[in-house]
Amino acid sequence: MSAPLEAQALGKRFRRGWAMRDCSLTLPEGAIVGLAGPNGAGKSTLLELAVGLLEPSEGEIRVLGHDPRAEPSVVARIGYVAQGAPLYRSFTVGETVEFARSTNPGWDTAVARGVLDQLSEKRRVSSLSAGDRARLALALALGKRPELLLLDEPFGRLDPLAAREFLQMLMHGVAETKATVVIASHVIADIERVADHIVLVSDGRVRLDGDVEELLASHRLLTGARRPLGQIAGVAEIVRQRHSGRQMTLLARLDGPVVDPSWSVDEIGLEELLLAYMAPERLPEPQAREKGRLRWHA
Amino acid sequence: MIEFHLDQRSGVATYLQIGQQVREALRLGVLDVGDQLPTVREVVADLAVNPNTVAKAYRELEREGLVVAQPGRGTFIASTLAAPSLEHHETLRRDLELWLEAAERAGLDEESIRALVSSTLREVLVRRVA
Repeated sequence: MSAPLEAQALGKRFRRGWAMRDCSLTLPEGAIVGLAGPNGAGKSTLLELAVGLLEPSEGEIRVLGHDPRAEPSVVARIGYVAQGAPLYRSFTVGETVEFARSTNPGWDTAVARGVLDQLSEKRRVSSLSAGDRARLALALALGKRPELLLLDEPFGRLDPLAAREFLQMLMHGVAETKATVVIASHVIADIERVADHIVLVSDGRVRLDGDVEELLASHRLLTGARRPLGQIAGVAEIVRQRHSGRQMTLLARLDGPVVDPSWSVDEIGLEELLLAYMAPERLPEPQAREKGRLRWHA
Repeated sequence: MIEFHLDQRSGVATYLQIGQQVREALRLGVLDVGDQLPTVREVVADLAVNPNTVAKAYRELEREGLVVAQPGRGTFIASTLAAPSLEHHETLRRDLELWLEAAERAGLDEESIRALVSSTLREVLVRRVA
């Protein structure tokens, strides 16, 4: 079975410069992947490359085992909701769904209807609230029974209640279709609840790529008295160091237990972890930077 | 039927929270042998969580022998944690109430009581491991 999405040294250059560079990753099948990173980091570019809307400038990308530009038929097996969920504003809900049904051979009416729920077929798209529009766009994407579902900033214009409802519909649809999902969002809190895999991009580079549980298990905050840093047993890499007065705080990637009692060791949340990887400070090299399970592409 | 809730700020992984809530319901006698757990789809639609996470929680419970999955029908409670301990709850609770009254008379407020209970519990557990 080929990976739902696989990139090898993938890069995309626009006139203004590189939007994505040196991107290599393999997404696990059936995962819900949070594609995190600040605005302009390259998240949309990666998704547009995946559905063949853009052509790589270098390297390659394969979705469900195929090059989406050489074999566009693979795109029928991908659900894609672009940023802002573009729809035909003059269509009614019913016409929109009918159009999707007639253009998708594997259309599943039950799945689409399950997502649409109470939404009236007669409503015009232009009259829908942001939440209902997101619901319609999701119904169209899930109705294809996609093997891979790509969502670009789906929470963009949704209030917290609509965002929660959207997530419920999405997870219900995922349980139904068993699709692998990629949710691109610059708000980590939005994806934290559901993502079991994280790809963090910033400045067009993949900064972190890994299983959420493994990431959380392998990183700790170490707090102690300020001191010159030598080798600390159990620490594979110092991701970030901060000091204030006599205190020192390290965000460390561990390769074993930290037993030195002069450090107090605390767990770290996903958001803080990702923020640290987004803005890593250059370190002198008391601890060797080694390549581990997590790929570091600085 | 049990209904799960999620505390995202607790920092405890979702699948662990679901497992804890099932075990707690078993200990309290809220769930009993033969009872059905909500289906993965029901939990997912209710809590907006990842289906893989719910499936993982159920798999762990199955490994512990607490539930059995019947393909096509659902997941059912297979054994209970309550039986041996539940009958003692009444007496233990009465003793605890007496102790709490004594603590209050000694001038401890709620926060000091909680701190004393959890630190004592921790010490006892550590002593037992050592």
